[in-house]
Amino acid sequence: MDAIELSRLQFALTAAFHYLYPPMSIGLGLLLVLIEAAWLRTGNALYHQMARFWTRVFGLIFAMGVATGIVMEFEFGTNWAAYSRFVGDVFGSALAAEGIFAFFLESGFLAVLLFGWDKVSRRVHFLSTCMVCLGAHFSAIWIVVANSWMQTPAGFHIVGEGAGARAEITDFWAMVFNPSSVDRLFHTLCGAWQAGAFLVISVSAWYLLKRKHMDFARAAIRLALPVALVASLLQLLSGHISAQGIAKNQPVKLAAFEGLYDTTSNAPLRLFGWVDEKGESVVGPAIPSLLSVLAHNDPSKPVTGLREAAPDPKDRPPVNMTFQFFHLMVAVGFGLIFISVLGLYHSRRGSLADNRWLLWLLVISVLGPHIANQAGWFAAEVGRQPWIVQGLLRTSDAVSPVLKADAVIASVFLFTAVYLLLFAVFIYLLNDKIQHGPDEADLVPTGKLAGG
Amino acid sequence: MDFGTLDLNTTWFILIAVLFAGYAVLDGFDLGVGTLHLFVKGDNERRILLNTIGPVWDGNEVWLVTGGGALFAAFPNVYATVFSGFYLALVLLLVSLIFRAVAIEFRSKRESRLWRGVWDTSFSLGSLLSGFLLGVAFGNVAAGIPLDARGEFTGSFWTLLRPYPIMVGITSIALFTMHGSIYALLKTDGTVHEKLRHWAPKAIGVFVACYALLTVSTFVWVPHLVDRFMSRPWLFCLAIVNLLAIANVVREIRRRRDWAAFLSSCIAVIMLLAICAIGMYPNLVLSAPNPEHSLTIRNASSSQKTLSVMLTIALIGMPLVIGYTSSIYYIFRGKVKLDRASY
Repeated sequence: MDAIELSRLQFALTAAFHYLYPPMSIGLGLLLVLIEAAWLRTGNALYHQMARFWTRVFGLIFAMGVATGIVMEFEFGTNWAAYSRFVGDVFGSALAAEGIFAFFLESGFLAVLLFGWDKVSRRVHFLSTCMVCLGAHFSAIWIVVANSWMQTPAGFHIVGEGAGARAEITDFWAMVFNPSSVDRLFHTLCGAWQAGAFLVISVSAWYLLKRKHMDFARAAIRLALPVALVASLLQLLSGHISAQGIAKNQPVKLAAFEGLYDTTSNAPLRLFGWVDEKGESVVGPAIPSLLSVLAHNDPSKPVTGLREAAPDPKDRPPVNMTFQFFHLMVAVGFGLIFISVLGLYHSRRGSLADNRWLLWLLVISVLGPHIANQAGWFAAEVGRQPWIVQGLLRTSDAVSPVLKADAVIASVFLFTAVYLLLFAVFIYLLNDKIQHGPDEADLVPTGKLAGG
Repeated sequence: MDFGTLDLNTTWFILIAVLFAGYAVLDGFDLGVGTLHLFVKGDNERRILLNTIGPVWDGNEVWLVTGGGALFAAFPNVYATVFSGFYLALVLLLVSLIFRAVAIEFRSKRESRLWRGVWDTSFSLGSLLSGFLLGVAFGNVAAGIPLDARGEFTGSFWTLLRPYPIMVGITSIALFTMHGSIYALLKTDGTVHEKLRHWAPKAIGVFVACYALLTVSTFVWVPHLVDRFMSRPWLFCLAIVNLLAIANVVREIRRRRDWAAFLSSCIAVIMLLAICAIGMYPNLVLSAPNPEHSLTIRNASSSQKTLSVMLTIALIGMPLVIGYTSSIYYIFRGKVKLDRASY
């Protein structure tokens, strides 16, 4: 492998590992706001206990996110220097805005959220929790804006030629609200809310299975299930909106999602399948016309195929890989809707605690959002290939010219080893917190919190 | 926003210096506390020391993240050249920062002595190595690195390990350790405080020695950093303020006026960075041997449009940042008391 392949491998590895944590911070942040709001409204100490427990989990997740997040920022410079020179004028401002508007807010108020329990009043604590949640959402906004600009560049012009060419901003707001920003932000946030909600659901279901902390678990699952259902349904809507945007702005990617080679009216949507990239065909059970509906809201409208959108195979992404990631995401997305409907139905009827197979399903449901989030990002990023910035800069031209393959081999091994260790410790400590459960002492708020 | 005739390139040179100074002042004491961590033996004392930075270290590290982002946006060519050129050193820096960050979160989660020992070591070495590598990287940029006509780094990993940058790295550790020991004095009482009382003067002594050696080396080996001072002697005022601040650290620590010592230490850190920045201006990365290949605030910058958009963002954002950062420090004022939420 050369420096390009290795750098791609390393970025995929470090970004995928990092992306386990921010969705949980965003989603759990929202849940913490709801939990503390419930505490403020009802004064029920159970919610205080719940907030304390989930705050401890939040702290662990947040630390992992912080530790692994700075790596990507550095990698833009270390591995993708040519890319950085090309996009710095545009991409850099979104990244800097993320730092100034999101990270300071998030990390500042995190201090109060984690350590301020005995130092501030309930209202100030609630406000801090809201600020942490807001900061987490802000960071999603800016990073998704930056990534969306790579998918659908807007608000810029190209200055210079050849290796010296670069994109410069002409219209900041056109850059921020590039054609895919809003759709993709909505999609990303729904995925994050799902990750947070299903984490709470999973742990609570585990307690119900083990007949431990029953009141605590019931109250938490009652809060989290509606969030999960709403987020999962919104995700379906958002997926539909995104597909329409992709059909318009990135037809190659949409065709790769479905392995569609010929431009087709009444284009079918495959439930699953396999793409033969040499023979340029796809097999698998399909629902007629559904892709046309998904992309254009009209079954008779044609969806552009790969032969038309990218006649030269060199301009196409790895089609089967894109297809598989996309279908995995969609399948899991539907599964999560199904699980949350079922969970909510039984929770409303009061029959959840006796339904052991359903509880087990809820326990493992925590994996769902992560699989869908990862698969979705892989589909989005692999589907954009061979471009790093759609239509402007190829991934193969983006790597640092001075980079040596053996240096990247060393760093790939180092990051792999470090991340395996961190993941093992993270899971160990998370399991430890879950087994330990909520603290009985937290049923009695202390310090200023006791006052209300 | 329209900034008229303002020289945006120079403004951003200053703002990035401010962000890195903010990082050095704030995360500087975190890294220093980390360096001292292993010297404290008892578990309770280590926890007290760790919790002096507990609520704030994360926010302090954001200054580095934002400084990096601002450098990327304002001077993308510098970002690309330095980061790709210093590849292995920066990977090591990342690993150090990662281990330091997770160790803070992990170490008190289990009772086991082995567990705590491992993460204590990881926290302390991570802090030490982060300070050292940041110093070495900065020393290289200031002293000059070989660049080709396109502004790409032509040296190797070993180019970075020249005596002068290494000396900057060691001085950074000494500076942060001094700064951290004074900060920890402010935030502790009891036995830890007494130990720190004993150590702070030593840390200050080591720093003063490093500082003197580095100053002499700068005059001998990298005289271009002092050229501007030679041609504009009034700039030596800054150097004098710096010397007075350092002298005052020594004096105030003797008189047990820790707050005054800490403020002097902050001023010393800021002045050191200001002096370096003035020495480097208008270069961001000096090319040595071929100075005509240097990356400057003109040839390495983003467009005027981006610089002005970014300045607008900074003018809106930074007052907010300073506002809530100060309120966080206010909420967590006073000596550290361990409670259930502590690390």
